[in-house]
Amino acid sequence: MKKAKVFATAVLTAVVALTLAGCAGKKSGTSTSGKSETTKHTVALITDTGGVDDRSFNQSAWEGLQAWGKSHDLSRGNSGFQYFQSSNESDYIPNINQATQAGFKTIFGIGYKLQPAIKQSAKDSPKTNFVIIDDAIEGVKNVVSATFKDNESSYLAGIAAAYTTKTNKVGFIGGVKGDVIDRFDAGFAAGVKAGAKKLGKSVTVINQYAGDFNAPDKGKSIAQGMYSQGADIIFHASGATGNGVFQEAKAINQDGSKKVWVIGVDRDQSAEGKYKTKDGKSANFTLTSTLKGVGAVTEDLSNQAMKGKFPGGKHLTYGLKQDGVGLTDGQLSTKAKDAVKEAKQQIIDGKITVPEHPAK
Amino acid sequence: MLKVSQPVKRILVPLISIFLGFLVGAIVMLIFSYSPIQAYASMFQGALGSMSGIGETLRQATPLIFTALGFSVAYSAGFFNIGMSGQALAGWVASIWVALAFPSLPTYVLLPLAIIVGALAGGFVGAIPGVLRAFFGTSEVIVTIMLNYVVLYTSTYLLQNVMPKSFRSSTDSTQTITSHASLRMGWLQNAFGGSRINAGLFLALIAIIIFWIMMKKTTLGFEIRSVGMNPFASEYAGMSSKKTIIMSMVISGVLSGLGGVVEGLGTYQNFFTQTSSLSIGFDGMSVALLGGGSALGILLASLLFSILKIGGLGMQTGAGVPFEIVNIVIAAIIFFVAIDYVIGLLFKQKKAKDADAGAKPEQVIHQPKGGTEV
Repeated sequence: MKKAKVFATAVLTAVVALTLAGCAGKKSGTSTSGKSETTKHTVALITDTGGVDDRSFNQSAWEGLQAWGKSHDLSRGNSGFQYFQSSNESDYIPNINQATQAGFKTIFGIGYKLQPAIKQSAKDSPKTNFVIIDDAIEGVKNVVSATFKDNESSYLAGIAAAYTTKTNKVGFIGGVKGDVIDRFDAGFAAGVKAGAKKLGKSVTVINQYAGDFNAPDKGKSIAQGMYSQGADIIFHASGATGNGVFQEAKAINQDGSKKVWVIGVDRDQSAEGKYKTKDGKSANFTLTSTLKGVGAVTEDLSNQAMKGKFPGGKHLTYGLKQDGVGLTDGQLSTKAKDAVKEAKQQIIDGKITVPEHPAK
Repeated sequence: MLKVSQPVKRILVPLISIFLGFLVGAIVMLIFSYSPIQAYASMFQGALGSMSGIGETLRQATPLIFTALGFSVAYSAGFFNIGMSGQALAGWVASIWVALAFPSLPTYVLLPLAIIVGALAGGFVGAIPGVLRAFFGTSEVIVTIMLNYVVLYTSTYLLQNVMPKSFRSSTDSTQTITSHASLRMGWLQNAFGGSRINAGLFLALIAIIIFWIMMKKTTLGFEIRSVGMNPFASEYAGMSSKKTIIMSMVISGVLSGLGGVVEGLGTYQNFFTQTSSLSIGFDGMSVALLGGGSALGILLASLLFSILKIGGLGMQTGAGVPFEIVNIVIAAIIFFVAIDYVIGLLFKQKKAKDADAGAKPEQVIHQPKGGTEV
C-alpha cells in the first residue's frame, strides 16, 4: 500500500500547490494592471542566444534599457521594459511576435543574427518601432539600424597591446566569423601592426575563432593554447565565450608564474579581471576594454521613441567621432595611453582609415 | 492502488503524467515566486491563443516530425541514431544550395529537385554509419555523434569558402531563396496570421502515413523490425541483416534530411552559420521516444513539444518568467511524460492478461537521455 500513500501525497501536493498558485496569480494580476495606467511607452529587448548575462554585448544593451526604465520610473514587465531570450535562431520571430502582441511599442533586436527576423517582423507590424543593432535594414520606415565602427576601437586596442606586450606575441579570439567580428579582427591586427612599427619591433598576432558566442569552455581552451604559445595579451571579441578567456587568465595569474592580460570587449570588463596575487594583494589583469555604446544607444533610442521622435528609416553609425565606441584606460601605462590618444585623434581627423575586413 | 481497466489506464496514465509534470513545474515557479497560473495561461496563450501562435507551433512541429520518424526507423532496426542533427543539416545546406544555383527554374521542377537533393544528402550522411555498422560492426552511436561535428563545421566551410560569392549576402549567411524554391504558401501564411508555417507540414503528415504503411504493411518494415529484435534470427530466417541495417539508416537519414529541408526552404529561407548541432536532431529523438515509436504517438508528441517550446517563449513575454526557469519547467513536464511507465505502476489493471508489461520497460530505458534536451 506504499504506492497508494505516494499517490495520496501527490494529490495532496497538487491541491496545495494549486491553491497557492491561485493566490500568487491574483496578487501579481492586480499589481500589473495598476501600473499600466500610468505608462506611456514600453520597450522590449530581444537578445540573441547569448542572453543578458553574457558580460558583454547583450548585457550592455540590457543595462542601457534598465537605465532608461529607471529614469522614467518604469518597472520590468509588460507595462515597462523587458527582455526576451531565445534558445536558438528559430525562436527570434515567435519571440518578436509575442512581444508585439503583448503591446510593446519599441522592439530592439540585439545582434546581426536577428536581422532577418526584425526585417520580417517590421513588415508584419508596421505600427511598432524596431531597432536592429549591428546590422542594417535600409529604407524601412519603422526600423532604425544602428551599427558601430568596432574596427576603430579595436585599432586602439591593438595599439595598446603592441605597447604592453613583453613577449611580442598577442592573441585574438573571435566568436563566429562574420562581418561584425571581421571589424574587430581587422582593426586589432592593423592597430598591433601600427603600434609595433612605431616601437620598431615586430609583434605577431595569433588568431583563432571559437565558432560560438556562447561557449566559455572553448574560450578557455583556446586561451590556454595561446598563452602557452607565449602570447601575453588576448583580445577577445566573442561575447560569452570570452568568459572562458577570463577564467584561464585568472588561473595563470593567480598561479603567479607569469603575468598575462585580457582585453575586454563591448563594455568595461575590468570587474572580470580582478584577482588576488599569491601574496594576497588585489590586482587586475583586464588591460583595457573596447567600448561599444550599445547601452547608450538603447537608452537614447528608447527616449526618442517615447517622445514620438523615433528616427525610423535611418541608419545610424557610431564611431570614435560620435563617441559611440572607445577604449578604457584600464591598466595601461602612460606611454600606451598617450599612443592610444594620438591614434584616436588621427582616426577622428581622418588621417587613419581602419580596415573593416582582415587581409587574407 | 487504483483498479482500472486497460483502456481507461491507457488514457489516464499519459494525462496524469502531463498533469504531474505541470504540477512540478508549478512548484518550481512558486519557489522562485512566479505565478504558475499566469505562466501557464501565457504559455497556452502564446502557443495556441492566436492564429499566428498556432501557425508557429505547427511550424515548430514540422521538422520534429521528420527527425522523430527518422529516429524511429533506425530505432526499430536496433540502431541508436544520434546523428539526426548532422543529417538534417546536410539536407538543409544541400537544398538551399540547389535553390540558389537554379533560382529561375519553374517551381514544379526546382522545389521537388531541392527537396530530393536535400533528402539524398541526409540519406548519404546516414548511410555512412550504416555501412560501417553493417560491415565492420562499428558503434553507430560514436560514428553518428562525431559525424554531427563533421557536418556542422563542413557546412560552415562550404558556406564561407566553397559556395560562389554571389550566393552569400554576408560572410555568414546565404541569400534568401526565390519563391520558386520556397515551401511557404501565401494563403497558408495568411490563414495563420503571417507565421512561418509552410507546406512542409503537409509533407510531414504524408511522411507519417508512409511511415505507418512502411513499418506495418511492407516486407521492408517487417524486416527492419525483426532485425531490430534479433539480427541473428533474422539472418537465419533468410533476411540480409546487412542490407536491412544500411537501408534503415539511409531511410532514417533521408527523413532527418527532410527535417533540415523544411527548416531551409520553409522556416528560414536561407542558410546561415550554425554554431552548434541543430536542436531538431535531439528534440526529434525525445519526440520519437515520447511517442513510443508509433505514427500517432510521434504526431502527438511533436505537438506537445512545440506547444511547450513556443509557449515557453510566451511565458517570458506574458508572465515575466525568466528564460532559465522556463526551460526547467519545460524539462520537468517532458520528464514526467517520459516516465509514464512509473506513473502506470500506480494503477492495477483489472485483467492482468492484457498487460504489455514485457514491451514497455524496454522503451523507457533510453528516455531520460533525450528528455532533458529542450
